[in-house]
Amino acid sequence: MNPDLVKMIFGRLNLEALPIHEPILVGTFAVVATGGLALFAIVTYFRLWTYLWREWFTTVDHKRIGIMYMILGIVMLLRGFADALMMRLQQAIAFGGSDGYLPAHHYDQIFTAHGVIMIFFVAMPLVTGLMNYVVPLQIGARDVSFPFLNNFSFWMTVGGAVLVMMSLFVGEFARTGWLAYPPLSNIGYSPDVGVDYYIWGLQVAGVGTTLSGINLICTIVKLRAPGMTMMKMPVFTWTSLCTNVLIVASFPVLTAVLALLSLDRYVGTNFFTNDFGGNPMMYVNLIWIWGHPEVYILVLPAFGIFSEVTATFSGKRLFGYTSMVYATVVITILSYLVWLHHFFTMGSGASVNSFFGITTMIISIPTGAKMFNWLFTMYRGRIRFELPMMWTVAFMLTFVIGGMTGVLLAVPPADFVLHNSLFLIAHFHNVIIGGVLFGLFAGINYWFPKAFGFRLDPFWGKLSFWFWVSGFYFAFMPLYVLGLMGVTRRLRVFDDPSLQIWFIIAGFGAFLILLGIVAMLVQFAVSILRREQLKDTTGDPWNARTLEWATSSPPPDYNFAFTPVVYDNDAWWDMKRRGYRRPLTGFKPIHMPSNTGTGIILAGFATVMGFGLIWYIWWLAAVSFVALLAVAIGHTFNYHRDFHIPTDEVVRTEDARTRVLAAGAQT
Amino acid sequence: MTKEAHAIEPNAGGHGHAAHGGASHGSLQSYLIGFGLSVVLTAVPFWLVMTGAIADKQVTALIVLVLAAVQIVVHMVYFLHMNTRSENGWTMMAMIFTVIMVVIGLTGSLWVMHHLNVNMMPLHDMSQMP
Repeated sequence: MNPDLVKMIFGRLNLEALPIHEPILVGTFAVVATGGLALFAIVTYFRLWTYLWREWFTTVDHKRIGIMYMILGIVMLLRGFADALMMRLQQAIAFGGSDGYLPAHHYDQIFTAHGVIMIFFVAMPLVTGLMNYVVPLQIGARDVSFPFLNNFSFWMTVGGAVLVMMSLFVGEFARTGWLAYPPLSNIGYSPDVGVDYYIWGLQVAGVGTTLSGINLICTIVKLRAPGMTMMKMPVFTWTSLCTNVLIVASFPVLTAVLALLSLDRYVGTNFFTNDFGGNPMMYVNLIWIWGHPEVYILVLPAFGIFSEVTATFSGKRLFGYTSMVYATVVITILSYLVWLHHFFTMGSGASVNSFFGITTMIISIPTGAKMFNWLFTMYRGRIRFELPMMWTVAFMLTFVIGGMTGVLLAVPPADFVLHNSLFLIAHFHNVIIGGVLFGLFAGINYWFPKAFGFRLDPFWGKLSFWFWVSGFYFAFMPLYVLGLMGVTRRLRVFDDPSLQIWFIIAGFGAFLILLGIVAMLVQFAVSILRREQLKDTTGDPWNARTLEWATSSPPPDYNFAFTPVVYDNDAWWDMKRRGYRRPLTGFKPIHMPSNTGTGIILAGFATVMGFGLIWYIWWLAAVSFVALLAVAIGHTFNYHRDFHIPTDEVVRTEDARTRVLAAGAQT
Repeated sequence: MTKEAHAIEPNAGGHGHAAHGGASHGSLQSYLIGFGLSVVLTAVPFWLVMTGAIADKQVTALIVLVLAAVQIVVHMVYFLHMNTRSENGWTMMAMIFTVIMVVIGLTGSLWVMHHLNVNMMPLHDMSQMP
């Protein structure tokens, strides 16, 4: 066949893009393909496709979208963690002339994919999922402000994840590190598809993140229950608001800087090249203007979760609500003033470095204030050490260590010694695992009964907890030691045999974390099997304080039959104290948004367009772009956007709850 | 979108303090003014760069930067309808926040990049640096 024609049809995609000569990838593909086929077969056998499409894929219900985000995050956690295990194993054995088992070409992709996946496709979906599920319930709303946009945002995030996963088996991923600094990521040094997978994966997912940020800000500002003034909002809602403000203000910077990088790669501009006035340092500057707020985007909601959990399980009002809110707002602003601490060593003078060093240290003040607020909340409280509270205590102990090494790194002269060393790796894993991930696990254990109507099994949960926490310390404390001894990050082989023992300890820690993850999956399975014993009929299994516990577990589609009226910070606690009684009559039809498949279709076209652009299949990119526009415009003519839940259905749902509550009260 | 937003209002007029001080929607005239300003603010930088009307390149770059920043504000006022009154001052708050972010981003980047430029250009005596 005419090679020009083949090139026009397939771009640079050819059979060599399939990694059939790499046994590790072939093995992985076999496992993934078998698992995927089995899943497909099960779903088909039980005729679940229509159900999934109607009830889940096209849903505009914030609760179901939240759950789907959580599933995406947990699935991607398995991929990201597999990468971590492979790195730990490589570094533990690549001593004394051994090359380890991973060739450099593969190893470099693994550490890049690990970072990208853990931040963008594990932490972000889990955080967004919890916010999506909990915030509308906490403020007494029926849904988010823009339910269709919510569905679209979710599927765009999935689209980005699909592109990143695809790079495992079709072509390759970037070999540049998770932020793809030029000039390495420019076309001259990375001519393959790896960086293009990176760019379009993040661009597609970034649309979803930005839109969901706008959506949640609007929800929190506009849809609060009557009486809930800003200073009566639950702390988790406050931190979610600040996080989404950060998302909306910072993600466009990422979009712009990646767009400039793609211009450099695709049409030969010179923004970040070394020639013709280009400046790679500008890329580093811009991407950290996004990158630093990003870490607060992840950790602020975790702080919110800890606040809810501490207050609930100490049986006390949160200590220093006002200071907690102000600390959150101050962190939001300050997070924009510290980005240069990621590149102290790039050559700024003493004045710039000391300015950013000092602003960085200042951030520890509001964060420390929060820590004391949680401690004072626990002080003289009746603390119940259920799983969410255990994760919170583990967070407090672990995060303080990470925070202190962070302040240490904020001192520019110290940073000159520790920059790009394993000390830095240990620091940010210490705050991201100890802060964000522990927070998410606390949140999952805390809100799971709300979402599904039964608690998570405490035995397997505790097992997972102890494996995770001890595994974390085994895995990352050795890296602090190695970093202080001068070992830099992203190394594949080592010469000095005295270092090996530390890497073996770190590898053992990673193995413990593996057991923690397995125990967590078993916990989910066991809880589903034992759901009758773990059942919660009250809707308020923890004797909690905020509005989401006022409705049933799981909540009905419409969340609240009547919008609650709020008089106090801890609205549900206040209602219980004043002897609140559920209204049993006077129900009205409830106005609801309809499901639509447009979100998944649009995101599908966006993903295909990304694939076309990655492989230079221009006709495919153009066709899917036109289709994207056509579907989006077509959707504006869809007038079947809402319906009413009729009164008798509301009555039936609420009566069923009344019976369940009465039965629960008797036993 | 507005229809869906309406669909999930908790209850009629139940917005608490958000009920008064409604949204600003703009008019054909304000859209046209915004469009005109945007066109001018875009055309002028192109003209400056393509004709080289100002000899000093740094002055040109500075002017382009200022016009870009002004354009951000134009978009916010004329297309996103931000003013001091609507939505109980929420849009004003958003505008102030945006301006602060833009100022931090631009001045910070200029400061940082200036330093890097001075310090990291080749053949420069590093010992003389501040």
